[in-house]
Order: sequence, then structure tokens, then C-alpha cells
Amino acid sequence: MTSEVVTEFTVNGQAVRLDLDPRESLLDVLRERLGLTGSKKGCDHGQCGACTVHVDGRRVVSCLLPAVQVNGRSVRTIEGVAGPDGALHPLQQAFVDHDALQCGYCTPGQVMSGLACIAEGNAGADDDIREHMSGNLCRCGAYPGILAAVRAAAGRREG
Amino acid sequence: MRPYTYTAPATLEEAVRALSEAGPGTKVLAGGTTLFDLMKLDIETPPAVVDIRALPELAGIDTAGPRELTFGAGALMADVAADPLLRRDYPALAESLAKAASQQLRNMATVGGNLLQRTRCTYFRGGPPFPCNKRLPGSGCAAIGGLDRGHALLGGGDACVATYPGDWAVALIAFDAVLDVTGPRGTRTLPLAGLHVEPGERPDREHTLAWDEIVTRIRVPVTAAGRGSTYHKVRDRESYAFALASAAVAVTLGEGGAVEECRVAVGGVATRPWRCPSAEEELAGAVLDRRSARRAGAAAFAGARAGTHNAFRIELGIRTVAEALRIAGERALR
Ligand SMILES: Cc1cc2nc3c(=O)[nH]c(=O)nc-3n(C[C@H](O)[C@H](O)[C@H](O)COP(=O)(O)OP(=O)(O)OC[C@H]3O[C@@H](n4cnc5c(N)ncnc54)[C@H](O)[C@@H]3O)c2cc1C
Ligand code: FES
Ligand code: FES
Repeated sequence: MTSEVVTEFTVNGQAVRLDLDPRESLLDVLRERLGLTGSKKGCDHGQCGACTVHVDGRRVVSCLLPAVQVNGRSVRTIEGVAGPDGALHPLQQAFVDHDALQCGYCTPGQVMSGLACIAEGNAGADDDIREHMSGNLCRCGAYPGILAAVRAAAGRREG
Repeated sequence: MRPYTYTAPATLEEAVRALSEAGPGTKVLAGGTTLFDLMKLDIETPPAVVDIRALPELAGIDTAGPRELTFGAGALMADVAADPLLRRDYPALAESLAKAASQQLRNMATVGGNLLQRTRCTYFRGGPPFPCNKRLPGSGCAAIGGLDRGHALLGGGDACVATYPGDWAVALIAFDAVLDVTGPRGTRTLPLAGLHVEPGERPDREHTLAWDEIVTRIRVPVTAAGRGSTYHKVRDRESYAFALASAAVAVTLGEGGAVEECRVAVGGVATRPWRCPSAEEELAGAVLDRRSARRAGAAAFAGARAGTHNAFRIELGIRTVAEALRIAGERALR
């Protein structure tokens, strides 16, 4: 029998307390319970990166994270990236400037991954970006634009 | 997904107790990137899960000790992969993790859970209507005579040819790693080489841990061969894919490039992490060059048995070993 598990965490700075079925993924909790539908479900099996969010500052795939495991931790989603006045984060603006999307489905995951990639220090060269963004697939093949956007937000020119 | 009970004990002692109290079939949950994934597919159906992810006793990485390196089973793949001493002195170990999965997954997955990841065989993961002796003992094997491009060339049998997909265990087995294990009957030490088993008649039995045991630490004896090592991984795409063939290789070279110490293991091609003693013998005392490297690769695959679509990976595997030896040899001279 499944019993509910009280789980307390923060999402984009706001405290949340939920009774969770341990079967719920963080992705489903964000989307279905908290109305945060920015994080996307592409594969639901950790393979595409569309569901990427940050937990305690590190990027993870929220579809493979049992939500009960974020008890006591802090979650940041794409909804927490823009400024309070709605101004785009520089990486979001770079996605616009560099045509880093077509359909946009993978984009929230790409942005969350890109932010982490830069923060980790893994955006120092184009090959580093390619390697460390490889967990985010783009069905539309916007990879050159995504690379350019992450490179620009990391403050580098081509190379 | 089937319903299950979830507990998150605060200490290792409590976790061992919670596990044995919950009874057979209970699983420990670490990063969940294998377990939760397979629970979603109804391939794993534990009635209860004990969360060991954040246990303080399982944390910690020590790569500075004089005799051995130690990795807490709960250490994250990403943290071990980024360890500066490991990258310098044992590049094969660091690379085996850095070239596995994605940064997101490496931030979740533990180096203990990694060892016990399960095969990516489509028939195993796909569930019914496909038979699979691993999933449903006695039902048959759809991969034999089926779509077996990624299936094992070494260590398979008539009941199962599923590939062990992990990278880290392949590098660890080349370095004679041992595991510390704890359970209700006390603690014990197990060579990693004694963890995984070939499918034989019982493909559902993949390892020798009891259901109520927890791996607490991975230990690797210090060796000078670490510096001259590499984990070479060949994939369908350049990044973020399981190995078509991989090789963990470590060498020390003496005068004139003669091989003194040599360790070879191959991955992505066998039913378990696969050490290659015959390749090591082939190289002992030989001068490491293209010809001897190729001979070592051929020795590693001497017992290979191809299925329908995977024969190309024998030659690929041989060349992967040879290329790994070239890279390791260059590093050994630095
Ligand atoms: C899309 C994708 C791509 C991947 N690519 C690669 C790759 O290229 N190379 C590679 O090597 N791996 C790859 N993986 C596999 C991944 O590395 C493993 O799933 C991960 O390392 C498992 O660790 P975990 O902590 O998440 O384990 P869990 O999923 O929590 O556990 C896995 C198993 O180990 C058991 N277990 C966990 N910890 C312990 C312990 N301390 N003691 C006893 N039993 C334990 C669990 O009960 C379970 O049966 C990939 C996974 C995904 C989803
Ligand atoms: S939805 Fe999580 S990785 Fe695809
Ligand atoms: S923009 Fe369409 S999937 Fe990436």
C-alpha cells in the first residue's frame, strides 16, 4: 500500500508543503500540482533533458527524480529565471538573439541546462559546451543556435 | 507504477534495519536513475523502497591516501568525475564517469548505484509481449535471433545476451577495486570482480549481493599504472550514449617502451564488466606498439560470439582496445 509522504521544499524561493504519493516524479508535481508547466515532459525516462531543473543549485532531470527526494531542498525552474519585472535573463535573451529554437519544446530544459553549464565552468570552449549540453536533445535541430546562445551568455566570442 | 512504501532513514544503521524489516523484494533507492526509471516501466516492482541517497555514511571521496582511493557509495558521479587528483592520477576512472550519461544524470546518480544499473536491452525494458529470461525467467530471449546490434559478444549464453551497459565498473575492474558491503549479518569486503555474474541459466541473477545488503564504499588500491591509463569509449554519437565498445587500459612502460604493468578491461560488449587477462598476457614484456596493441585487442575478443547484427563490434572492439593502449602508452611516458 502506498502512504503519502509529507514533503517540504522551496520552488523558486517559495515554500511548498505537500502530501506526496512516492510514485510522483518532481516533474509531475511541478506541472500537475503546482501549475508550473514550463518544465516539459519529452521522454519521461531521463533521456531528453526537456524536464531539466536545478535542485540545490545543480541541474537534474526532474522526470527521474522521485519528488519525495526533494524534501528539505530548493528547486529552481524556468519560471524562476526571468527577473521579477519579467525581464528576460541574459541567457534567455541570447536564445532569442541567436535563433536558438524553433518549436520551443526543448527550450526551458536547454536554458536550465545552459545556466548550469556556465555556472559549472563548462562553457569555456565550444567543445566543452557541446559535451556538457549533450543531455538536452532538440528535435528541431537548433543546436548551432543553442551553442551560440550559451557561448554569448558565457561572455565569449566564437571558438 | 505499482504502489510502494517509502522510507528515508537518517543513518546507515537505521537503513539496514528498515531494509530487513521491510522484507525481501525491498529495494534501496539511491539516485533513482535506474530504479525509478524501471519502476515507471513496471520492470522493477518493489513493494517498498528505502532511500539511502543522503546517508552521511555513504558520502565522501578520498583520492589522496597513500594506499587506496575510497569512494562513498553515495558520492555523485559528477563529483567523482571532477575530482582533480583522480583526473590527474587515474584518468581512466575519471573518464569512465565523465563519458557516462549526461551532466544532469551525473548530478543525480551515485557511484554505488552505478555498479548495479541494469541492461538497456530493448526487449528487457520493453516488457510484454517480448519474452525475456531476465525479466520473466523461463520466457525465452527475444534478442537471440532478434535485434541484437547492441548485445553482448562476450559472456552470453543460450538464455541471454544482454549487455552490461555501465562504464565505471569496467574501469574499476581493471584497477582491482573492492567493495565494502554492510547488512544485518555484519559487514564484508567483496572484490568487484566477484559482484557481477554471467547470465548462464539464470539471467535474472545479475550479482552476488543479498537483497538486504548495502554497498557502502568502493576502494581502489593505489597503482603507478593509473597515470598511464584511459577509458576509451566508442559510441553511435560523440557524446551521451552507451558504449558500442569501450576499453579501460592502464600501463607502465620500462626501458625501450617495454610493458611492465598492464591492465585491460572492455565494456559495452559483454554481459558483465569484462577483465581481459589474455590481452594483458599478450602485452607483458612486449614493446607497446601498433602491432602488439592490435594483438592484445584480438586476444581480448578471442572468445567473442556474434549474433545476427553485432559482428561488426568484434573488429570495433579490437580497435578500441588498440587505440586505448596507444593513448595510455602516451600518457605513461609523460
Ligand atoms: C538516459 C540515460 C543514459 C545513461 N547513460 C549511461 C552511460 O553512458 N554510462 C553509464 O555507465 N551509465 C549510464 N546511465 C546509467 C546511470 O549511470 C545509472 O542509472 C546510475 O549510475 C545509477 O545510479 P543511481 O544512484 O541513480 O542508482 P539507483 O537507480 O538508485 O539504483 C540502481 C540499483 O542499485 C541499487 N543500489 C543503489 N545503491 C546501492 C547501494 N549503495 N547498495 C546496494 N544497492 C544499491 C538499487 O537498489 C537499484 O537496484 C544512463 C542512464 C540514463 C537514464
Ligand atoms: S522528460 Fe525528463 S529527460 Fe526527457
Ligand atoms: S526547438 Fe523544437 S525541440 Fe528544440
